[in-house]
Amino acid sequence: MRRYEENRMYHYLRRHKKFPNVWCPGCGIGIVMSAIIRAIDRLGWEKDDIAMISGIGCSGRMPVYMDFNTMHTTHGRALAFATGLKMVKPKMHVIAIMGDGDALAIGGNHFIHAARRNIGITSIVINNSVYGMTGGQYSPTTPTGSLATTAPYGNIDQPFPICELAIAAGATFVARGTVYHAVELDRLIEKALVHEGFSVVEAVSYCHTTFGRINKLGTAVDMLRWQKENSVTREAAAKMTPEQLQGKIVRGIFHEREFPEYTAAYAKIIEQAMAGQRQA
Amino acid sequence: MAARLMQGNEACVEGALAAGCRFFAGYPITPSSEIAELLSRRLPQVGGYFIQMEDEIASIAAVIGASVGGVKAMTATSGPGFSLMQENIGYAAMAEIPCVIVNVQRTGPSTGLPTKPAQGDVMQARWGTHGDHPIIVLSPSSVLEAFLMTVRAFNLSEKYRSPVILLMDEVVGHMRERVELPPREALEITDRVAAHVPPEWYFPFEDPSTDVPPLAPFGEGYRYHITGLFHDRAGFPTERVDEIDPWIARVFGKIDQHLSDILSWEEDFPAGSRVLVVAYGATARAARHAVKLARAKRYKVGFLKLETIWPFPEEVTERLARQCKRVIVPEMNLGQLALEVERVVGRQKVRRVNLANGEMITPQQILAAIEEK
Repeated sequence: MRRYEENRMYHYLRRHKKFPNVWCPGCGIGIVMSAIIRAIDRLGWEKDDIAMISGIGCSGRMPVYMDFNTMHTTHGRALAFATGLKMVKPKMHVIAIMGDGDALAIGGNHFIHAARRNIGITSIVINNSVYGMTGGQYSPTTPTGSLATTAPYGNIDQPFPICELAIAAGATFVARGTVYHAVELDRLIEKALVHEGFSVVEAVSYCHTTFGRINKLGTAVDMLRWQKENSVTREAAAKMTPEQLQGKIVRGIFHEREFPEYTAAYAKIIEQAMAGQRQA
Repeated sequence: MAARLMQGNEACVEGALAAGCRFFAGYPITPSSEIAELLSRRLPQVGGYFIQMEDEIASIAAVIGASVGGVKAMTATSGPGFSLMQENIGYAAMAEIPCVIVNVQRTGPSTGLPTKPAQGDVMQARWGTHGDHPIIVLSPSSVLEAFLMTVRAFNLSEKYRSPVILLMDEVVGHMRERVELPPREALEITDRVAAHVPPEWYFPFEDPSTDVPPLAPFGEGYRYHITGLFHDRAGFPTERVDEIDPWIARVFGKIDQHLSDILSWEEDFPAGSRVLVVAYGATARAARHAVKLARAKRYKVGFLKLETIWPFPEEVTERLARQCKRVIVPEMNLGQLALEVERVVGRQKVRRVNLANGEMITPQQILAAIEEK
């Protein structure tokens, strides 16, 4: 079984070309990457039909390793590039890989507008609460009070709640998982991939190299253990008081609704406009 | 086609459709908005796609994304939006993704004079994005040229896998003229070269037979990587000098080695001309009239209208200027392309005529410069 699993993984990786990867040993991004692969493998999608588009940062490097149609774009802009591609190739499975700073700070506007359009792109936001690649500066999801290399006195900003933001902006599938709960994460990603419309999965990761070190949170293993001990399913959370939920990560699907997908709606416009032309 | 009264922005739309543009992403901005409005109606009629994005950064990003999907794509904007697009224009240059960016110039800086013309983005069109990069910039001076140069912008973009900027101005964009557009069959349309090797042999950034490797669209079996990082022939990031240097040589070479194809201009240079007027865009119209007035007064004046402004047409400028005592460069800015003319012909010979207050330069102002001793 293990061997089979490995082989399936290799099928999706550019294993002879680009490894070892750039991430720090112990990084959670690799767990997200393998969760994506497991989800795609279960769906049986052809690699030719998949486009993976990223922005800039540690997460932005993921497409390099994946044997799809891959594009590493500019900081925060992954969804805007993905929107153009999805428009002209509506049958392709377009996946946007973003980090928290990438998706919500510099790319925040693109994030809410892609959600508002409900365009059929699967967004994976890998949330490690920090700008890792540039050295641990505070991001839009850094918890208030945490230290960062640009918050030496503690962060006074409020963190963005990614899922709530996505729902309010119009995303039609929104879920959150953690890298500790890797199998659950691939199930969530699988549901997001097949969803017709704009889907968001917040994959809660960690950065032991910068955020963990400056906040004295221990090793990668310690941070994974923290996720295990401090996250609850949506069902369990429903039975907890707000006090009990303080500081906890809630996992699960938060939102799922039907609304016309953007490229499908646009296909109708083309049909209507072309019919009008023929009559004229 | 029958003669029509047509606006420059409208002619640009007709040119784009004739060239095969099937994707437009943009954000409303004066004085370019007519291009978006018209294409929102026209593109779906021909099976194309229009999308209004959240800003100009997203607009050019979506254009690049669509182009990677194999569709001819463009955006249109003006100064403030053009500033926002610079980041991803650099990406298109780096990743060699064909796209057309129309900038209907208005007076700047900042919000400036939104409904007044200028030619203040000449240097920005060349150097607006960071880092050394090749770029092609065309500048029409009439409604017919807006049509023809839009077609040409797409052709050059597809042929050289490069972003091409169509630098219009508010006058050319909003002016209405009687034009007779050439029939479609009379137009030369360049389509993207398809990959001619099987996927396992394909390199998106190297092809031994050409300095412009074919760009395979996403989703058609050629899985590869595109990045704004320096990359190797397969598209993967590299920091190796022995891979970066050949890349630089090739992407600059693909433009520099084909100047005879890329550069275009119009010269009206009677033998014995002693003064040369070099102009482009809307200002070329006033310059042409000034030359006519000067000749009526028996001044020996030559005229050079530049159509491609980047790469700067050095050779023709030098060849004509060498025969003249003085070179006059009128522009609706404080002296931008004049810097290039000065570089080529020497500072002493050049007389600049500049206006950057939203008014057009008149033929009389240029004539006065011709008449100076």
